[in-house]
Amino acid sequence: MTRAKASPRQAAPRPLSAFLRALRAIIWKDLAAELRSRELLSSMLVFALLVILIFNFALELDARARATVTAGVLWVTFAFAGTLGLNRSMATEKDRGCLDGLLLAPVDRSAIYFGKAIGNLIFMFIVEAIVLPVYSVLYNTNLFQPGLLLVILLGSIGYVAVGTLLSSMAVQTRTRDVLLPILLFPLVVPVMIAAVKASTGFLEGLELVDIRPWLNLLLVYDVVFTSVAFMVFDYVVEE
Amino acid sequence: MQAKPRFLKILDVVTAILFLVAVGMVFFYAPMEKTMGQVQRVFYFHVATAWVGMLGFLVAAIVGVIYLVRKERRWDIVGLAAIEISLVFFLIAIVSGSIWARPTWGTWWTWDPRLTTATIVELVYAAYMMLRSGIEDPDRRARFGAVYAILGFISVPLTFISIRLLRTIHPVVIGGGSASAEGDFSMTPKMLQTFMFSLLVFSVIFVDLLWHRIRLGRLADKVEQLRLKMVH
Amino acid sequence: MIIVRKLIKRFGLKTVLRGLDFQVEPGEFVALLGPNGAGKTTFLRILASLSRPTLGQVQIAGFRLPDQAAALRRRLGVVSHLPLLYGDLTAEENLRFYARMYGLEQETRRVAEVLDVVGLTARRRDLVRTFSRGMQQRLAIGRAVLHDPDVMLFDEPHTGLDQDACVMLDQVLSEVAARGRTVVMTSHDLARAADLASRFDVLSRGVIGASIQRSQINPNDLLAFYRQAVADGNGAGSTTARSQEVRP
Repeated sequence: MTRAKASPRQAAPRPLSAFLRALRAIIWKDLAAELRSRELLSSMLVFALLVILIFNFALELDARARATVTAGVLWVTFAFAGTLGLNRSMATEKDRGCLDGLLLAPVDRSAIYFGKAIGNLIFMFIVEAIVLPVYSVLYNTNLFQPGLLLVILLGSIGYVAVGTLLSSMAVQTRTRDVLLPILLFPLVVPVMIAAVKASTGFLEGLELVDIRPWLNLLLVYDVVFTSVAFMVFDYVVEE
Repeated sequence: MQAKPRFLKILDVVTAILFLVAVGMVFFYAPMEKTMGQVQRVFYFHVATAWVGMLGFLVAAIVGVIYLVRKERRWDIVGLAAIEISLVFFLIAIVSGSIWARPTWGTWWTWDPRLTTATIVELVYAAYMMLRSGIEDPDRRARFGAVYAILGFISVPLTFISIRLLRTIHPVVIGGGSASAEGDFSMTPKMLQTFMFSLLVFSVIFVDLLWHRIRLGRLADKVEQLRLKMVH
Repeated sequence: MIIVRKLIKRFGLKTVLRGLDFQVEPGEFVALLGPNGAGKTTFLRILASLSRPTLGQVQIAGFRLPDQAAALRRRLGVVSHLPLLYGDLTAEENLRFYARMYGLEQETRRVAEVLDVVGLTARRRDLVRTFSRGMQQRLAIGRAVLHDPDVMLFDEPHTGLDQDACVMLDQVLSEVAARGRTVVMTSHDLARAADLASRFDVLSRGVIGASIQRSQINPNDLLAFYRQAVADGNGAGSTTARSQEVRP
């Protein structure tokens, strides 16, 4: 034991670096665990592809109609698959009591929130990165436009910011998995609407000035809800 | 706090009277609207209940913040009461809106901003109740309820704006409307009086119901306390 | 080291801890005994800073809870009956994760040291998912001592372990305790507690009903002592009685 004993009055050393270190550790931990089991990603992916398939049959999309509903189909897919990811990510913390392990560490609670949120975001990005080319191929449309990618970025951030907080709550209730979509979907309506409209705008080649209001809305939502979520996170995890 | 406090008894009576007067005003005092006919009378109560429903949400959000800061149980009871009442009021607003819409626009439902937002808000209320029912520990239930009420309340303006940016056919009665809003009508002085009065009456009804519901909550707590004492 | 005065914990309207007093000197190993539902786990969670007291004072290593909880956590090691380990990571990775969370320097060396202490060096590259409960518990203790805490809290660590695993666990526990650490361990298993602890407290009806030093009692009489304390607690209500002497 080479560390000297700290006296009770000593302040925590350099809180920002401790925060970042904990953040990196949590993200690394989630990615490493997922890389091993691949449970989360595979279930999200399979589910996403199934949803696209169902839409294909349910909507009888001809080439013309498809253009207008592409954005809608994509975002519904992301929303549903996202729920799976959010649930699983928090469930692993809850099941083995690991959330307590995180709470016992001498780090700010917000590090836990951001760590989980960024991890969830990365998983969503991975799923989106696979769904986009698949959809492009299946329907012979090019979805890799910078505008669309921007919308996906902003939309996913808003969704995950609220979703991470709500999944922390849902996982502590009896009705767990079922509860998250019920809690989440009414609150992310602005994200869904703005994301779909902005995506459609970019896909149809509208002027940026027409799309701007939707992008602004997404930005406002992201900022507002990320701040609120991280402020109330303490109350959700601490007893 | 055993018997009903005197002030509450008075309030009950006042509320009942006000309500009867309001009903009278709606049917007899306010003139009939030119284009829409009798069904337009639904409007007075429809807007009033919607307004009060939103008020309830505001109350729940504020009380939620207070609870998180002070951790006193009574704020949780207020929050729950507010959401419960708002749930019912919003339901009335949505249904009355439907009744109004049918003869006016020939459809039971319109996907316009106000109605759609109202439905989403109603779903938030329902989600709130479901969240609470899934938690055993009362403190956690109160905390989570407070958090969700706050989040829900903040989401409402954003939700409304996002839907508003889409098309609308809902009458923009107050605050002027864009040219695209159909079914507009301007209010004569008598109509305005009836409208304002209905608004007042429903606010009073809200306070009355809230008070009753809070008492009920406190009573339930007392019973629970007694039960726990007996068990030990 | 640990000072608790008039601790009250309520869950909604239910009071679990009713004005509990508790004091532990540095280096003591206290076994906290009590019937199910007495509030042992609740009490331990409060000491572990995972739960807030409703009323009362709690002070550990000079830090007041809940205000100075963040500073305290550095000095605290906790083992609950859930392993607090990630099944999809290896033993080594689990420890490395916690080492980072605690901001330890010389991560690799420390992790290796701890693996050695708990006797899991051979299995360090294996996924925790594949570990038996006994091994998980040992790794959990490893996780708890990683940052060299002064105070350790164990919540029924022997739960679900077979005889051999218990023996191994006791070995680790003794080693861990031997370094002058202050330990509070809740337990159902009087025999095991008797071997490890220097003091026995009984938590009954939300307060510490009785407390006795190991030196003051014959291990054979421990069961009687415990039963008496619980019976007293049921009869006398919520008054606190301290240090009852029991004739051997």
